[in-house]
Amino acid sequence: MKNTGNLKVEMHGDRAVLMTRVFDAPRQMLWDAFSKPELMKRWFGPRGYTLAVCEIDHRVGGGFRFVIERPDGEQVGMRGTFRELQAPERSVHVESFDNMPGESTVTAVFTEANGKTTLIATVEYPTREVRDMVAPMMEPGAAESYDKLAELLAETN
Amino acid sequence: MQAATPLDATFAALADPTRRAILARLAEGEATVLELAQPFAISQPAISKHLKVLERAGLISRGRDAQRRPCRLEPTPLAAANHWLENYRRFWEESFERLDVLLDEMKAEQKKVKRGKRR
Repeated sequence: MKNTGNLKVEMHGDRAVLMTRVFDAPRQMLWDAFSKPELMKRWFGPRGYTLAVCEIDHRVGGGFRFVIERPDGEQVGMRGTFRELQAPERSVHVESFDNMPGESTVTAVFTEANGKTTLIATVEYPTREVRDMVAPMMEPGAAESYDKLAELLAETN
Repeated sequence: MQAATPLDATFAALADPTRRAILARLAEGEATVLELAQPFAISQPAISKHLKVLERAGLISRGRDAQRRPCRLEPTPLAAANHWLENYRRFWEESFERLDVLLDEMKAEQKKVKRGKRR
């Protein structure tokens, strides 16, 4: 996989996760890919996942509704509201998963240099319990080994 | 106040670069405080403080030998934290790989439109 390792995921304080990723495209394209349902559907979720529902009302105060279908057929619904939109550089929205308490706040900042765009996304979970529950939902259900201790330590160093 | 979750103590302990370096060192085998302090430009008491945090989080254990009290890595909480991060990272990494493909297609499309306009 040509881009494996590009994505940086870090814990930020005790309830937030910070993600950093560089894309080889201008930020207006990224902005479109994150805000237009017909584009979002083409990339959101790992291989085997689909967006069964993808509705986006992309304006401050507008909302979105996603239903994520996992490879095992299980569906996970989520919805959110846009709080701040400064195209094509910064967006803030709140989101929540169906059947989970509280709202997470997601801040995405797109910075462009030499035709490449760096995305820095901060996801702040309402509680540590919600944060801890999110990753297991992302698991495709396959029994795999995660014995990558050395790799984790190398990455977080 | 919410009760701290087990992952929480782990992530808090992992938040510090010195503590991560200590764990990386212990991944190679057990070590004493003195041995752990050597590569760092900080005092032995400061290292001991970090070790206490790691021990409370269950990330390391200390030997009983009163003189040396060697430290060793306890893999279980780290594996849980790693499992969490790995799921999270993989979800987004695979999504972003698909996004790379989409962006390439969008760039190709834009070039075609530009060429078309020039004609």
